[in-house]
Amino acid sequence: MRLPAFPWGAPTRPGGVPLPPVERETGVYYDTSWSRRYEARLARALLLEGVTRPLVHTVIPPRVEGLDRIEGLEAPAVFAANHNSHLDTPLILSTLPRRFRHRTVVAGAADYFFDTKWKAAVWSLTVAAVPIERIRVSRRFLELGMGLLADGWSVVIYPEGGRSPDGWAQPFIAGVAYLAYRARVPLVPLHIAGTSEALPKGARRLRPGRTAVTFGRPMPPDPDEDPRRLSARLEAEVAALADEHATDWWQARRRAAAGATPALSGPDAPGWRRSWARTPPSAASRSWPHKGP
Amino acid sequence: MSPRPGFVLEVDRSSPPSLLWHGEGFRLERLPVGTRVVHPPEPLAAIEEPDEAIRHALEHPQGDSAPLSALLRPGMRLTIAFDDVSLPLPPMRAPDVRQRVIEAVLDTAAAAGVDDVVLMAALALHRRMTEPELRHALGDRIYDAFAPHGLLVQHDAEDPSNLEHLGQTEMGEDVEINKRAATSDLIVYVNINLVAMDGGHKSVATGLASYRSLRHHHNVHTMVHSRSFMDQERSELHSSNWRMGRHLAASGVKVFQIETTLNNDTFPDPFRFLSRREWEWTARDRATYLATTAGLARAPDRVKRTIFQSMRAPVGLTSVQAGEVEAVHRLTTANVYRQQLVEVEGQSDVLLMGLPYICPYNVNSIMNPILVMCLGLGYFFNLYRGKPLVRPGGALIMSHPTPWAFDPVFHPSYIDFFEQVLAETTDPAEIEEKYEQSFATDPWYIHLYRTGHAYHGVHPFYMWYWGAHALDHLGRVIIVGGDPAAVRRLGFKSASTLPDALEMAEDVVGRHPSITYLRCPPLLMADVR
Repeated sequence: MRLPAFPWGAPTRPGGVPLPPVERETGVYYDTSWSRRYEARLARALLLEGVTRPLVHTVIPPRVEGLDRIEGLEAPAVFAANHNSHLDTPLILSTLPRRFRHRTVVAGAADYFFDTKWKAAVWSLTVAAVPIERIRVSRRFLELGMGLLADGWSVVIYPEGGRSPDGWAQPFIAGVAYLAYRARVPLVPLHIAGTSEALPKGARRLRPGRTAVTFGRPMPPDPDEDPRRLSARLEAEVAALADEHATDWWQARRRAAAGATPALSGPDAPGWRRSWARTPPSAASRSWPHKGP
Repeated sequence: MSPRPGFVLEVDRSSPPSLLWHGEGFRLERLPVGTRVVHPPEPLAAIEEPDEAIRHALEHPQGDSAPLSALLRPGMRLTIAFDDVSLPLPPMRAPDVRQRVIEAVLDTAAAAGVDDVVLMAALALHRRMTEPELRHALGDRIYDAFAPHGLLVQHDAEDPSNLEHLGQTEMGEDVEINKRAATSDLIVYVNINLVAMDGGHKSVATGLASYRSLRHHHNVHTMVHSRSFMDQERSELHSSNWRMGRHLAASGVKVFQIETTLNNDTFPDPFRFLSRREWEWTARDRATYLATTAGLARAPDRVKRTIFQSMRAPVGLTSVQAGEVEAVHRLTTANVYRQQLVEVEGQSDVLLMGLPYICPYNVNSIMNPILVMCLGLGYFFNLYRGKPLVRPGGALIMSHPTPWAFDPVFHPSYIDFFEQVLAETTDPAEIEEKYEQSFATDPWYIHLYRTGHAYHGVHPFYMWYWGAHALDHLGRVIIVGGDPAAVRRLGFKSASTLPDALEMAEDVVGRHPSITYLRCPPLLMADVR
């Protein structure tokens, strides 16, 4: 079909004319403030309590550990978790203590969850998603995040910047620690296991199975600490939680003290060996990771 | 975002059609591939606190001048002269910058205890302003305070009892200006510098002068040697005015010059698309364009004229400077250039322009054929620095309806000039030699100028001289969509469509000519390298 010519239709663009900056409304520019209004929060609470949590507890029943570590913690806080699957977000939201659960936003990749208006609206409404750039924590997100934290909202954020392609963690972005550092709120390390088996990246089918969420000890902001160092500590804490989940708390602490905690990012080896290391011989038949002798 | 500068765009196959003004209307024309379109810069940011800026300028003068408050004293004679209705174009949204400046000057004068104050519209040989026009320019507060007492006057260049001859310049030019102004202790001149031609010594030496004085620079020789009259450095018109201005200063006439520059935010909502680059038109712009053109196509001329003449420009003040004339004007010119200058590489064979509904001399009136010539060949052709946009012997194509229509109240002498003089010859030098004196001294025209709202009898001659440089330079002038009889009377060729006009131009400049389209308004000035 031939489109109507200018001026009935849109003008064509002469060659050599640079595109003007346009007022963008999607991606990181998407305004999510509407999703934090009372009506949206009520709808989300009903969805979470009536649908999401029952489904999570039925389909991917989580074992939640370390809740005692955050018993005295008051909102707001920044929850930083490893990221394997789209199930991570509903899992975290379902397992967060009630005082956080309905006043928490989730940082979602702007290019994935906010690339069209309808997708942005769906994710903003259902999980209170806010857009973040994958590769760095931009000034825009920093301002948004600090504003939300100042308003008493907690933030769930995945410092890896996206789902792991092979189940092993990717390097953490220092900006997450910087957000907590700037906002002077505690950073809570979180480790999630089992979701990479249930719905790994690229999978089309959900495989029900057990999952685990381990809360770490909140890391209070230290104004004298370099945010990059804080980020390294966060990564180490999540790795220790992973170790704790794979073994036990004491072994994990000992290894942590000795600086021998297995790296979150897995062995420094070619692809097949990394996959091999993630799946010990008998793991295929188990839905729960092997915890050692 | 900072405003984008003007630029030259070469039309390619994916360029949308370009907007071309056509009197009280406009249309989209697809220009030949390769045509250079000179786009005006975007409006500069306006000063946020104009009143504060004006007061600051009055107290921090440029050059060798004391602050205004130090120049005012009880018992002195103060004349505040201001630019007439010909500036700015279109008339600006109230409050007019003249009102802002004059209110600040009057506040200072009142504080200094100056009683003898006269406000004077610097008309030169222009028509007298009407009451609504004066009220718009000055505001009701000033008008009601001065007009009822006869203290708001309009310069009368034909009142021998109110003219003061101050001798001659070294080049033998008579310097004769308004007596009240010449005998004042201080003239405060309030300018609106819309283009680079305005202001400087030209303000007093032209605005408050008599025919006897004006004829020394408003003549064919001067205009042909002003290349262009928008470029003071290369303008004989300005050289003459500068000599007169310096002579005035040497004769003891003290001038405190206030000059203001405006951005080129020319069209109000919903006509903003007229300033926008076509490929950036939004759906709303396109809808407004379609609705406007459809409406205008059906509207009678009077209605169209009323609509356009009631347009008020949302222009913003970009600078204000006050003090000694030449120091002030240097700064002003730089500020005008800052807004309007667009670099253009080289000349072309054909220059294309769409002429809008307004020029300095038809505010609230009809743009008659002589004013069409003056706007195209005078003002737009001269919007250059360096060299003209079109090569010597090139063709100029203008788009305008050019109706055989005149305003008998404002332009009586134009009618006779068109009917009698142009029927005989269109050669500026011959016109000047044979006919100027009879029109300039015609008692009926003088009577209408002094008592009515008519332009002076000699004014249509000046309009013709204004285009003398272009006539001298160009090989052919073609008007697209004009009244063929009126266009022929002007000595130009008439074409019904742009492709026809381009074909006619090829007779003069050869096949496949290079074309430059001056997309103006908003105002720009081409810096041709």
